[in-house]
Amino acid sequence: MEVDAKKVMRDFAVADVRPMGTYALLEMEGDLPEGIMPGQFVQIEIADSKTTYLRRPISICNVENGRLWLLVRDAGAGTHKLVEARKGDRFNIIMPLGHGFTVPAGKDTRILLAGGGVGVAPLLYLAKTLHDGGICPDIVLGARSKADVLLREEFERYGRLHISTDDGSDGTPGLITANPAWDKEFDAVAVCGPTPMMRAVASICAGRGIPCEVSLENMMACGLGACLCCVEDTKDKGNVCVCTDGPVFNINKLKWQL
Amino acid sequence: MATLNVNIGGLELANPVLTASGTFGYGEEFADLTDINALGGIIVKGTTLAPRQGNPAPRMAETPSGMLNAVGLQNKGVDYFIEHIYPRIAERFSSEIIVNVAGSTIDDYTEVCRRLAPLPRIRAVEINISCPNVKQGGMAFGTTTDGAAEVTRAVRAAWPKTLIMKLSPNVTSIVDIAKAVEAEGADSVSLINTLMGMAIDVKRRRPMLSTITGGLSGPAVKPVAVRMVWQVAKAVGIPVIGLGGISDTNDALEFIMAGATAIEVGTAGFVNPRAAEEIALGLAAYCEENGLKSISEIRGII
Repeated sequence: MEVDAKKVMRDFAVADVRPMGTYALLEMEGDLPEGIMPGQFVQIEIADSKTTYLRRPISICNVENGRLWLLVRDAGAGTHKLVEARKGDRFNIIMPLGHGFTVPAGKDTRILLAGGGVGVAPLLYLAKTLHDGGICPDIVLGARSKADVLLREEFERYGRLHISTDDGSDGTPGLITANPAWDKEFDAVAVCGPTPMMRAVASICAGRGIPCEVSLENMMACGLGACLCCVEDTKDKGNVCVCTDGPVFNINKLKWQL
Repeated sequence: MATLNVNIGGLELANPVLTASGTFGYGEEFADLTDINALGGIIVKGTTLAPRQGNPAPRMAETPSGMLNAVGLQNKGVDYFIEHIYPRIAERFSSEIIVNVAGSTIDDYTEVCRRLAPLPRIRAVEINISCPNVKQGGMAFGTTTDGAAEVTRAVRAAWPKTLIMKLSPNVTSIVDIAKAVEAEGADSVSLINTLMGMAIDVKRRRPMLSTITGGLSGPAVKPVAVRMVWQVAKAVGIPVIGLGGISDTNDALEFIMAGATAIEVGTAGFVNPRAAEEIALGLAAYCEENGLKSISEIRGII
């Protein structure tokens, strides 16, 4: 049985900010804990905010050169403060949280990572982890148009990248489920993105009998499994906390109608 | 060195800081991040006779300086607690462990208390007659003096150790309810549970919570809580435990000056998991700086 890494609460400083339209990639420096798994997340404090109160759960996008990467979408007052952060700003972070993606041991595992929007974030660290373990994943990313494809160069480093855009300005026009990446056989699929995208990908996997993991982002308060606010209904255990049993679940565990 | 010891109806606490039920799990969830044994005690998640799945999602909505919740007492039931959780936490933590007990009927409350009574480390129960998120029981008992008195009388007969009644603020006179439970033999009252509230997502034209209404907690409710603690502490002879929006030492001191013997830290722990521990240290420092021999010297000075 895997033992969860010890959680820490520490201040991290913004070492670099890469603005990307309504998104920003923050590279944070600080005392990173050991044993961070792809698919895990952090709880980041939005200090001195008049309109928000709780921390914001943000996926771990990458861990590289001792820096923690957080890809943030400007989705409200809390994340807006993060997107507007400047080099040197400090944020209090609790991490690593949650149960991440399965990292297959076999180097021959054929795995597809599917993502869209800010959901591509945890897939980057998963791709890197797989790459470091000798697996070259296929990666299919969906975006509205060419300009909206996030972290393209980084993904290209770790796997075979396939792009789908709504307007056809890059890669294959249409949804990621119509991408020719699916012509191949896969042993496992990992998906993170808008719920309709995850449902569509999970449906394909169900039809083909491929194990599929989805990463959920239900509204959270504590992120520690105490408040029982972020629950998802499961087949074997009923309501479970997305923050501790997830955020990554095998689709077979969930009561999703596919 | 000043003493932070307080006595809650026979229950000795090393300091007046407790964690509020439903906000701190069973302590284990926070143990990586804070020293549980630095607290006077922890009050564990609301426990019912049978397991409960709670309400459907969404159960939470952030609001200015606080949040609404509609968890609905999700828990695995008292037998699971006794068999699986109690042995672990009794071994791991030395601070007091208080069980928050909830029910739909009077018999639910008394039966849970009977089953907990043999556990040596459970020296107190907090009876939840104030949960706004369940259809039956819960707050229904806590909103009338007769209902509150009836539960207290029944539980008093089933529970020989310290009995704390947790009161709802969603009433016309919380003082009358407090007097009613005191008359039936409660050793202490804790207040306030969450205030009934509601929030609407105007873009989707839908309520934010699956249950439409929920319980408001966090700094937003603090002034209401301080006022109610002050009123109740003046009116009853039993110790009052104050809670509602306490985030730091200053907040805790407000409640103590208003008349609280102990305090509970709740929602603040979601933002700062160390909040309760920091308050325990902060109260000690306050006593030192102000030359107090005991924290009791400032209790109820308003």
